[in-house]
Amino acid sequence: MPKEVEKQYKALVNRYINTKSENDLYAGQKFSRRFIEKEISPEEVIGIHKSALMELFPDAPEDFWHSFDFLIEMMIHYGLALQEHQSLIRKQEELELEMKIAEKVQNTLLKTRVPTFSDLDIGFLTVPAKQMSGDYIYFLSDDSNYASVAVADVIGKGIPAALCMSMIKFGMDNMQKQNSSPHVVLDVVNRIVEESVDDSMFISMFYGKYEVDGSVFSYASAGHEPVLLYKAASNTFIELDAKGLLLGVQPNATYEERSVVLDEGDFIAMMTDGVTETRTEDGFIDDEIIKEILTTVKDESAQKIADTVYQQLGEMQNFHLHDDFSIVIFKKGYKN
Amino acid sequence: MECRSSVDIFTEWDIVAARQLGRNEAKSIGFGTVDQARITTAISELARNIYLYAGKGNIKIERTYDNNQYGITIIASDEGPGIADVRKVMNDGYSTSGGLGAGMPGVRRLMDEFNVQSEQGVGTTITAVKWLR
Repeated sequence: MPKEVEKQYKALVNRYINTKSENDLYAGQKFSRRFIEKEISPEEVIGIHKSALMELFPDAPEDFWHSFDFLIEMMIHYGLALQEHQSLIRKQEELELEMKIAEKVQNTLLKTRVPTFSDLDIGFLTVPAKQMSGDYIYFLSDDSNYASVAVADVIGKGIPAALCMSMIKFGMDNMQKQNSSPHVVLDVVNRIVEESVDDSMFISMFYGKYEVDGSVFSYASAGHEPVLLYKAASNTFIELDAKGLLLGVQPNATYEERSVVLDEGDFIAMMTDGVTETRTEDGFIDDEIIKEILTTVKDESAQKIADTVYQQLGEMQNFHLHDDFSIVIFKKGYKN
Repeated sequence: MECRSSVDIFTEWDIVAARQLGRNEAKSIGFGTVDQARITTAISELARNIYLYAGKGNIKIERTYDNNQYGITIIASDEGPGIADVRKVMNDGYSTSGGLGAGMPGVRRLMDEFNVQSEQGVGTTITAVKWLR
Protein backbone atom coordinates (compact mmCIF):
# COMPACT_ATOMS: atom_id res chain seq x y z
CA MET A 1 0.00 0.00 0.00
CA PRO A 2 1.56 3.32 -1.01
CA LYS A 3 2.53 5.22 2.14
CA GLU A 4 2.28 8.56 0.38
CA VAL A 5 -1.41 8.08 -0.36
CA GLU A 6 -2.02 7.17 3.28
CA LYS A 7 -0.39 10.36 4.44
CA GLN A 8 -2.35 12.48 2.05
CA TYR A 9 -5.56 10.77 3.03
CA LYS A 10 -4.90 11.41 6.71
CA ALA A 11 -4.25 15.11 6.00
CA LEU A 12 -7.47 15.39 4.00
CA VAL A 13 -9.60 13.70 6.66
CA ASN A 14 -8.05 15.84 9.36
CA ARG A 15 -8.74 19.00 7.42
CA TYR A 16 -12.34 18.07 6.86
CA ILE A 17 -12.90 17.20 10.53
CA ASN A 18 -11.66 20.68 11.43
CA THR A 19 -13.45 22.70 8.72
CA LYS A 20 -16.45 20.54 7.83
CA SER A 21 -16.47 22.49 4.58
CA GLU A 22 -17.97 21.37 1.28
CA ASN A 23 -14.70 22.30 -0.32
CA ASP A 24 -12.81 19.63 1.61
CA LEU A 25 -15.47 17.06 0.82
CA TYR A 26 -15.01 17.91 -2.83
CA ALA A 27 -11.25 17.45 -2.40
CA GLY A 28 -11.96 14.03 -0.92
CA GLN A 29 -14.12 13.07 -3.83
CA LYS A 30 -11.39 14.05 -6.27
CA PHE A 31 -8.87 12.15 -4.19
CA SER A 32 -10.97 8.99 -4.45
CA ARG A 33 -10.20 8.92 -8.18
CA ARG A 34 -6.54 8.43 -7.36
CA PHE A 35 -7.52 5.47 -5.18
CA ILE A 36 -9.32 3.96 -8.12
CA GLU A 37 -6.44 4.68 -10.49
CA LYS A 38 -4.04 2.99 -8.11
CA GLU A 39 -6.50 0.10 -7.85
CA ILE A 40 -6.86 0.48 -4.10
CA SER A 41 -9.67 -1.86 -3.10
CA PRO A 42 -12.61 -0.91 -0.85
CA GLU A 43 -11.24 -2.93 2.09
CA GLU A 44 -7.94 -1.11 1.76
CA VAL A 45 -9.72 2.23 1.84
CA ILE A 46 -11.29 1.25 5.16
CA GLY A 47 -7.85 0.10 6.33
CA ILE A 48 -6.33 3.46 5.37
CA HIS A 49 -9.19 5.28 7.08
CA LYS A 50 -8.72 3.26 10.23
CA SER A 51 -4.98 3.95 10.40
CA ALA A 52 -5.56 7.64 9.82
CA LEU A 53 -8.09 7.81 12.63
CA MET A 54 -5.87 5.83 14.97
CA GLU A 55 -3.21 8.49 14.54
CA LEU A 56 -5.67 11.37 14.83
CA PHE A 57 -7.58 9.97 17.81
CA PRO A 58 -5.19 7.77 19.73
CA ASP A 59 -7.44 7.85 22.79
CA ALA A 60 -10.56 6.47 21.15
CA PRO A 61 -11.98 3.38 22.85
CA GLU A 62 -10.64 -0.02 21.79
CA ASP A 63 -14.12 -1.27 20.79
CA PHE A 64 -14.28 1.48 18.24
CA TRP A 65 -11.25 0.10 16.38
CA HIS A 66 -12.64 -3.42 16.46
CA SER A 67 -15.72 -2.18 14.64
CA PHE A 68 -13.42 -1.18 11.77
CA ASP A 69 -12.04 -4.71 11.60
CA PHE A 70 -15.60 -5.90 11.21
CA LEU A 71 -16.18 -3.37 8.44
CA ILE A 72 -13.00 -4.49 6.63
CA GLU A 73 -14.27 -8.07 6.75
CA MET A 74 -17.55 -6.82 5.30
CA MET A 75 -15.80 -5.09 2.41
CA ILE A 76 -13.68 -8.00 1.16
CA HIS A 77 -16.39 -9.33 -1.14
CA TYR A 78 -17.16 -5.87 -2.42
CA GLY A 79 -13.53 -5.61 -3.39
CA LEU A 80 -13.70 -8.94 -5.19
CA ALA A 81 -16.90 -7.97 -6.96
CA LEU A 82 -15.22 -4.79 -8.15
CA GLN A 83 -12.18 -6.65 -9.43
CA GLU A 84 -14.36 -9.17 -11.19
CA HIS A 85 -16.28 -6.33 -12.78
CA GLN A 86 -13.07 -4.69 -13.97
CA SER A 87 -11.79 -7.94 -15.38
CA LEU A 88 -15.08 -8.51 -17.23
CA ILE A 89 -14.87 -5.03 -18.71
CA ARG A 90 -11.37 -5.77 -19.96
CA LYS A 91 -12.65 -8.99 -21.49
CA GLN A 92 -15.45 -7.11 -23.17
CA GLU A 93 -12.97 -4.66 -24.65
CA GLU A 94 -10.98 -7.58 -26.03
CA LEU A 95 -14.14 -9.03 -27.56
CA GLU A 96 -15.02 -5.74 -29.16
CA LEU A 97 -11.56 -5.55 -30.66
CA GLU A 98 -11.95 -9.07 -32.03
CA MET A 99 -15.31 -8.11 -33.48
CA LYS A 100 -13.70 -5.19 -35.29
CA ILE A 101 -11.12 -7.53 -36.80
CA ALA A 102 -13.81 -10.05 -37.73
CA GLU A 103 -15.74 -7.26 -39.38
CA LYS A 104 -12.71 -6.40 -41.51
CA VAL A 105 -12.20 -10.04 -42.43
CA GLN A 106 -15.84 -10.28 -43.42
CA ASN A 107 -15.66 -7.15 -45.53
CA THR A 108 -12.77 -8.64 -47.47
CA LEU A 109 -14.70 -11.87 -47.83
CA LEU A 110 -17.81 -10.03 -48.97
CA LYS A 111 -16.08 -8.12 -51.72
CA THR A 112 -17.80 -8.67 -55.00
CA ARG A 113 -17.22 -6.99 -58.31
CA VAL A 114 -20.23 -5.46 -59.97
CA PRO A 115 -20.29 -6.62 -63.59
CA THR A 116 -20.09 -3.93 -66.24
CA PHE A 117 -22.58 -4.30 -69.04
CA SER A 118 -23.65 -2.13 -71.93
CA ASP A 119 -27.32 -3.05 -71.89
CA LEU A 120 -27.81 -3.89 -68.20
CA ASP A 121 -27.36 -1.38 -65.41
CA ILE A 122 -26.59 -2.92 -62.03
CA GLY A 123 -26.78 -1.19 -58.67
CA PHE A 124 -26.59 -2.61 -55.17
CA LEU A 125 -26.30 -1.75 -51.54
CA THR A 126 -25.89 -3.82 -48.39
CA VAL A 127 -25.89 -2.44 -44.85
CA PRO A 128 -25.45 -4.64 -41.77
CA ALA A 129 -27.72 -4.12 -38.75
CA LYS A 130 -24.90 -5.06 -36.40
CA GLN A 131 -21.17 -5.20 -37.00
CA MET A 132 -21.34 -8.49 -38.86
CA SER A 133 -23.76 -9.09 -41.69
CA GLY A 134 -25.87 -12.16 -42.43
CA ASP A 135 -26.74 -10.88 -45.90
CA TYR A 136 -24.70 -11.90 -48.85
CA ILE A 137 -24.60 -10.44 -52.33
CA TYR A 138 -22.38 -12.02 -54.91
CA PHE A 139 -22.04 -11.33 -58.62
CA LEU A 140 -20.79 -13.70 -61.27
CA SER A 141 -20.26 -12.54 -64.84
CA ASP A 142 -18.13 -12.80 -67.93
CA ASP A 143 -18.91 -9.14 -68.70
CA SER A 144 -20.24 -9.90 -72.17
CA ASN A 145 -22.81 -12.68 -72.24
CA TYR A 146 -24.34 -12.99 -68.80
CA ALA A 147 -24.53 -11.46 -65.35
CA SER A 148 -25.69 -13.43 -62.34
CA VAL A 149 -26.37 -12.43 -58.79
CA ALA A 150 -26.90 -14.35 -55.58
CA VAL A 151 -28.87 -12.62 -52.84
CA ALA A 152 -28.74 -14.66 -49.66
CA ASP A 153 -30.02 -14.01 -46.18
CA VAL A 154 -28.95 -16.11 -43.25
CA ILE A 155 -31.81 -16.27 -40.75
CA GLY A 156 -30.29 -14.66 -37.70
CA LYS A 157 -27.73 -11.93 -37.32
CA GLY A 158 -24.27 -11.34 -36.01
CA ILE A 159 -21.36 -13.76 -35.78
CA PRO A 160 -23.18 -17.08 -36.34
CA ALA A 161 -24.81 -15.68 -39.46
CA ALA A 162 -21.50 -14.29 -40.68
CA LEU A 163 -19.72 -17.62 -40.21
CA CYS A 164 -22.49 -19.39 -42.06
CA MET A 165 -22.33 -16.89 -44.86
CA SER A 166 -18.67 -17.49 -45.56
CA MET A 167 -19.59 -21.02 -46.50
CA ILE A 168 -21.98 -19.86 -49.18
CA LYS A 169 -19.17 -17.81 -50.57
CA PHE A 170 -17.04 -20.91 -51.00
CA GLY A 171 -19.93 -22.71 -52.65
CA MET A 172 -20.34 -19.82 -55.04
CA ASP A 173 -16.63 -19.55 -55.73
CA ASN A 174 -16.66 -23.16 -56.87
CA MET A 175 -19.14 -22.22 -59.56
CA GLN A 176 -17.32 -19.17 -60.77
CA LYS A 177 -15.96 -20.80 -63.87
CA GLN A 178 -19.21 -22.40 -64.91
CA ASN A 179 -22.06 -20.53 -66.43
CA SER A 180 -24.58 -22.54 -64.41
CA SER A 181 -28.29 -21.98 -64.51
CA PRO A 182 -30.03 -20.75 -61.32
CA HIS A 183 -31.65 -24.01 -60.24
CA VAL A 184 -28.31 -25.83 -60.54
CA VAL A 185 -26.58 -23.20 -58.41
CA LEU A 186 -29.18 -23.49 -55.65
CA ASP A 187 -28.95 -27.26 -55.87
CA VAL A 188 -25.21 -27.22 -55.27
CA VAL A 189 -25.25 -24.58 -52.54
CA ASN A 190 -28.10 -26.39 -50.79
CA ARG A 191 -26.06 -29.57 -50.57
CA ILE A 192 -23.03 -27.73 -49.21
CA VAL A 193 -25.14 -25.94 -46.63
CA GLU A 194 -27.06 -29.06 -45.64
CA GLU A 195 -23.85 -30.97 -45.02
CA SER A 196 -21.96 -28.35 -43.10
CA VAL A 197 -24.42 -26.17 -41.26
CA ASP A 198 -26.04 -26.67 -37.92
CA ASP A 199 -29.70 -27.68 -38.10
CA SER A 200 -30.78 -24.45 -36.48
CA MET A 201 -29.37 -22.32 -39.29
CA PHE A 202 -31.47 -21.52 -42.31
CA ILE A 203 -30.58 -19.53 -45.36
CA SER A 204 -32.86 -18.06 -47.95
CA MET A 205 -31.35 -17.33 -51.32
CA PHE A 206 -32.43 -15.89 -54.61
CA TYR A 207 -30.37 -16.51 -57.68
CA GLY A 208 -30.96 -14.54 -60.85
CA LYS A 209 -29.17 -14.66 -64.15
CA TYR A 210 -29.45 -12.21 -67.00
CA GLU A 211 -28.45 -13.29 -70.47
CA VAL A 212 -27.74 -10.70 -73.13
CA ASP A 213 -28.93 -13.08 -75.80
CA GLY A 214 -32.71 -12.57 -75.78
CA SER A 215 -32.60 -10.26 -72.69
CA VAL A 216 -33.79 -13.18 -70.58
CA PHE A 217 -33.71 -13.09 -66.81
CA SER A 218 -33.96 -16.58 -65.34
CA TYR A 219 -34.23 -17.18 -61.63
CA ALA A 220 -34.71 -19.65 -58.84
CA SER A 221 -35.47 -19.13 -55.17
CA ALA A 222 -34.70 -21.02 -52.00
CA GLY A 223 -37.47 -19.69 -49.77
CA HIS A 224 -36.45 -16.12 -50.48
CA GLU A 225 -38.74 -13.09 -50.65
CA PRO A 226 -40.40 -12.65 -54.03
CA VAL A 227 -38.52 -10.07 -56.07
CA LEU A 228 -40.19 -7.17 -57.83
CA LEU A 229 -40.17 -6.72 -61.59
CA TYR A 230 -41.09 -3.29 -62.84
CA LYS A 231 -42.56 -3.26 -66.35
CA ALA A 232 -42.00 0.12 -67.95
CA ALA A 233 -44.57 -0.39 -70.71
CA SER A 234 -47.48 -0.87 -68.31
CA ASN A 235 -46.01 1.00 -65.32
CA THR A 236 -46.81 -2.00 -63.10
CA PHE A 237 -45.01 -4.36 -60.75
CA ILE A 238 -44.99 -8.11 -61.04
CA GLU A 239 -43.80 -10.36 -58.18
CA LEU A 240 -41.35 -13.00 -59.31
CA ASP A 241 -41.26 -16.11 -57.20
CA ALA A 242 -40.20 -19.70 -57.75
CA LYS A 243 -40.80 -22.76 -55.62
CA GLY A 244 -37.97 -24.02 -53.45
CA LEU A 245 -37.16 -24.82 -49.83
CA LEU A 246 -34.79 -22.78 -47.69
CA LEU A 247 -31.18 -23.91 -48.03
CA GLY A 248 -30.01 -26.52 -45.58
CA VAL A 249 -33.39 -28.12 -44.86
CA GLN A 250 -33.29 -31.13 -47.19
CA PRO A 251 -30.29 -32.52 -49.05
CA ASN A 252 -32.27 -33.46 -52.15
CA ALA A 253 -34.48 -30.40 -52.44
CA THR A 254 -35.24 -29.31 -55.98
CA TYR A 255 -35.56 -25.76 -57.18
CA GLU A 256 -37.95 -24.52 -59.78
CA GLU A 257 -36.50 -22.25 -62.42
CA ARG A 258 -38.46 -19.58 -64.24
CA SER A 259 -37.66 -16.77 -66.60
CA VAL A 260 -38.92 -13.46 -67.90
CA VAL A 261 -37.88 -11.22 -70.74
CA LEU A 262 -36.73 -7.70 -69.86
CA ASP A 263 -37.68 -4.82 -72.09
CA GLU A 264 -36.13 -1.38 -72.22
CA GLY A 265 -36.70 0.47 -68.93
CA ASP A 266 -37.75 -2.64 -67.00
CA PHE A 267 -35.94 -3.35 -63.76
CA ILE A 268 -35.80 -6.03 -61.12
CA ALA A 269 -35.48 -5.25 -57.42
CA MET A 270 -34.05 -8.09 -55.33
CA MET A 271 -34.15 -7.50 -51.61
CA THR A 272 -33.59 -9.21 -48.29
CA ASP A 273 -36.21 -9.14 -45.55
CA GLY A 274 -34.36 -6.29 -43.84
CA VAL A 275 -35.86 -4.18 -46.63
CA THR A 276 -39.30 -5.70 -47.03
CA GLU A 277 -39.82 -6.05 -43.30
CA THR A 278 -38.77 -2.54 -42.44
CA ARG A 279 -40.22 -1.74 -39.05
CA THR A 280 -41.38 1.67 -38.00
CA GLU A 281 -43.08 2.75 -34.79
CA ASP A 282 -46.39 1.72 -36.34
CA GLY A 283 -45.21 -1.79 -37.21
CA PHE A 284 -44.07 -3.32 -40.46
CA ILE A 285 -44.32 -1.21 -43.59
CA ASP A 286 -46.72 -1.99 -46.40
CA ASP A 287 -45.28 -3.59 -49.55
CA GLU A 288 -46.89 -0.78 -51.48
CA ILE A 289 -44.50 1.71 -49.92
CA ILE A 290 -41.53 0.03 -51.57
CA LYS A 291 -43.33 0.03 -54.91
CA GLU A 292 -44.15 3.70 -54.49
CA ILE A 293 -40.53 4.56 -53.77
CA LEU A 294 -39.35 2.49 -56.73
CA THR A 295 -41.85 4.22 -59.02
CA THR A 296 -40.60 7.68 -58.12
CA VAL A 297 -37.07 6.77 -59.21
CA LYS A 298 -37.87 4.39 -62.06
CA ASP A 299 -36.03 6.56 -64.59
CA GLU A 300 -32.89 6.87 -62.51
CA SER A 301 -29.77 4.68 -62.64
CA ALA A 302 -29.84 1.30 -60.93
CA GLN A 303 -27.52 2.52 -58.18
CA LYS A 304 -29.65 5.61 -57.59
CA ILE A 305 -32.74 3.40 -57.27
CA ALA A 306 -31.01 1.19 -54.67
CA ASP A 307 -29.69 4.20 -52.75
CA THR A 308 -33.07 5.91 -52.72
CA VAL A 309 -34.85 2.86 -51.30
CA TYR A 310 -32.31 2.67 -48.49
CA GLN A 311 -32.44 6.40 -47.87
CA GLN A 312 -36.22 6.55 -47.62
CA LEU A 313 -36.82 3.31 -45.69
CA GLY A 314 -33.86 4.19 -43.49
CA GLU A 315 -35.38 7.54 -42.63
CA MET A 316 -38.67 5.88 -41.66
CA GLN A 317 -36.87 3.94 -38.95
CA ASN A 318 -34.33 6.65 -38.09
CA PHE A 319 -31.61 4.47 -39.60
CA HIS A 320 -31.95 2.11 -36.68
CA LEU A 321 -31.90 -1.09 -38.71
CA HIS A 322 -33.51 -4.18 -37.17
CA ASP A 323 -32.07 -6.51 -39.76
CA ASP A 324 -29.34 -6.50 -42.39
CA PHE A 325 -30.51 -4.45 -45.34
CA SER A 326 -29.60 -5.40 -48.92
CA ILE A 327 -30.99 -4.52 -52.29
CA VAL A 328 -29.84 -5.28 -55.84
CA ILE A 329 -31.25 -3.64 -58.97
CA PHE A 330 -30.92 -5.06 -62.48
CA LYS A 331 -32.12 -2.48 -64.96
CA LYS A 332 -32.49 -3.10 -68.65
CA GLY A 333 -31.30 -0.23 -70.77
CA TYR A 334 -28.32 1.99 -71.33
CA LYS A 335 -26.82 3.63 -68.25
CA ASN A 336 -27.62 7.17 -67.29
CA MET B 1 7.80 -24.98 6.71
CA GLU B 2 8.46 -24.11 10.26
CA CYS B 3 4.99 -24.39 11.53
CA ARG B 4 2.03 -26.42 10.36
CA SER B 5 -1.44 -26.93 11.63
CA SER B 6 -4.63 -28.19 10.13
CA VAL B 7 -8.38 -28.48 10.51
CA ASP B 8 -10.55 -31.27 9.12
CA ILE B 9 -13.65 -30.00 7.41
CA PHE B 10 -16.86 -31.93 8.06
CA THR B 11 -19.40 -29.35 9.16
CA GLU B 12 -19.95 -25.66 8.73
CA TRP B 13 -18.47 -25.14 12.20
CA ASP B 14 -15.18 -26.44 10.92
CA ILE B 15 -15.11 -23.60 8.42
CA VAL B 16 -15.07 -21.19 11.36
CA ALA B 17 -12.30 -23.19 13.02
CA ALA B 18 -10.21 -23.05 9.83
CA ARG B 19 -10.77 -19.31 9.60
CA GLN B 20 -9.69 -18.85 13.22
CA LEU B 21 -6.58 -20.92 12.69
CA GLY B 22 -5.66 -18.96 9.57
CA ARG B 23 -6.30 -15.59 11.18
CA ASN B 24 -4.18 -16.39 14.23
CA GLU B 25 -1.37 -17.58 12.02
CA ALA B 26 -1.61 -14.55 9.70
CA LYS B 27 -1.59 -12.23 12.68
CA SER B 28 1.44 -13.84 14.27
CA ILE B 29 3.34 -13.74 10.95
CA GLY B 30 2.70 -10.00 10.95
CA PHE B 31 -0.01 -9.42 8.34
CA GLY B 32 -2.06 -6.24 8.74
CA THR B 33 -5.79 -6.20 9.39
CA VAL B 34 -6.77 -5.94 5.73
CA ASP B 35 -4.53 -8.82 4.65
CA GLN B 36 -5.72 -10.89 7.62
CA ALA B 37 -9.26 -10.41 6.37
CA ARG B 38 -8.24 -11.39 2.84
CA ILE B 39 -6.42 -14.53 3.95
CA THR B 40 -9.33 -15.49 6.17
CA THR B 41 -11.82 -14.96 3.35
CA ALA B 42 -9.70 -17.16 1.07
CA ILE B 43 -9.64 -19.91 3.71
CA SER B 44 -13.36 -19.50 4.18
CA GLU B 45 -14.06 -19.93 0.46
CA LEU B 46 -11.81 -22.96 0.14
CA ALA B 47 -13.30 -24.60 3.23
CA ARG B 48 -16.80 -23.89 1.99
CA ASN B 49 -16.04 -25.51 -1.35
CA ILE B 50 -14.89 -28.64 0.49
CA TYR B 51 -17.97 -28.61 2.70
CA LEU B 52 -20.36 -28.09 -0.25
CA TYR B 53 -18.82 -30.25 -2.97
CA ALA B 54 -16.52 -32.82 -1.44
CA GLY B 55 -18.35 -33.35 1.85
CA LYS B 56 -15.12 -33.65 3.77
CA GLY B 57 -11.52 -32.61 3.48
CA ASN B 58 -8.74 -30.73 5.18
CA ILE B 59 -7.33 -27.23 5.42
CA LYS B 60 -3.65 -26.91 6.31
CA ILE B 61 -2.07 -23.63 7.27
CA GLU B 62 1.69 -23.29 6.94
CA ARG B 63 4.09 -20.53 7.77
CA THR B 64 6.33 -20.09 4.76
CA TYR B 65 9.78 -18.59 4.39
CA ASP B 66 11.38 -18.19 1.01
CA ASN B 67 13.73 -15.66 -0.61
CA ASN B 68 13.99 -13.67 2.61
CA GLN B 69 10.22 -13.33 2.65
CA TYR B 70 7.70 -14.59 5.14
CA GLY B 71 4.35 -15.77 3.99
CA ILE B 72 1.39 -17.97 4.68
CA THR B 73 0.39 -21.06 2.70
CA ILE B 74 -3.09 -22.53 2.63
CA ILE B 75 -3.47 -26.10 1.42
CA ALA B 76 -7.04 -27.24 0.87
CA SER B 77 -7.37 -30.91 -0.01
CA ASP B 78 -10.26 -33.27 -0.43
CA GLU B 79 -11.04 -36.66 -1.91
CA GLY B 80 -14.19 -35.43 -3.55
CA PRO B 81 -15.39 -35.73 -7.14
CA GLY B 82 -12.69 -33.42 -8.50
CA ILE B 83 -13.14 -30.51 -10.88
CA ALA B 84 -14.07 -31.48 -14.42
CA ASP B 85 -12.90 -28.29 -16.08
CA VAL B 86 -10.42 -26.28 -14.00
CA ARG B 87 -10.19 -23.56 -16.65
CA LYS B 88 -13.93 -23.04 -16.47
CA VAL B 89 -14.09 -22.63 -12.70
CA MET B 90 -11.26 -20.12 -12.87
CA ASN B 91 -13.35 -17.90 -15.13
CA ASP B 92 -15.05 -14.82 -13.75
CA GLY B 93 -18.77 -15.11 -13.56
CA TYR B 94 -18.66 -18.88 -13.05
CA SER B 95 -19.82 -19.87 -9.62
CA THR B 96 -20.91 -23.43 -9.00
CA SER B 97 -22.56 -22.61 -5.70
CA GLY B 98 -24.82 -20.15 -7.44
CA GLY B 99 -24.68 -18.01 -4.32
CA LEU B 100 -22.56 -15.01 -3.64
CA GLY B 101 -19.38 -16.98 -3.21
CA ALA B 102 -16.18 -15.40 -4.45
CA GLY B 103 -15.31 -18.73 -6.03
CA MET B 104 -11.90 -19.72 -7.29
CA PRO B 105 -11.10 -16.48 -9.17
CA GLY B 106 -11.78 -14.64 -5.90
CA VAL B 107 -9.39 -16.82 -3.93
CA ARG B 108 -6.74 -16.30 -6.59
CA ARG B 109 -7.17 -12.54 -6.33
CA LEU B 110 -7.03 -12.53 -2.54
CA MET B 111 -3.75 -14.46 -2.50
CA ASP B 112 -0.42 -14.00 -4.34
CA GLU B 113 0.07 -17.53 -5.59
CA PHE B 114 -2.52 -20.07 -6.50
CA ASN B 115 -2.36 -23.61 -7.77
CA VAL B 116 -5.06 -26.21 -8.43
CA GLN B 117 -4.50 -29.89 -8.86
CA SER B 118 -7.57 -31.91 -9.52
CA GLU B 119 -8.33 -35.34 -10.82
CA GLN B 120 -11.84 -36.52 -11.41
CA GLY B 121 -12.87 -39.22 -8.98
CA VAL B 122 -9.67 -38.76 -6.97
CA GLY B 123 -9.89 -35.32 -5.44
CA THR B 124 -8.65 -31.78 -5.46
CA THR B 125 -5.71 -30.01 -3.83
CA ILE B 126 -5.53 -26.25 -3.90
CA THR B 127 -2.44 -24.44 -2.68
CA ALA B 128 -2.46 -20.68 -2.15
CA VAL B 129 0.28 -18.44 -0.80
CA LYS B 130 0.31 -14.85 0.39
CA TRP B 131 3.60 -13.04 1.04
CA LEU B 132 4.20 -10.50 3.76
CA ARG B 133 5.29 -7.21 2.26
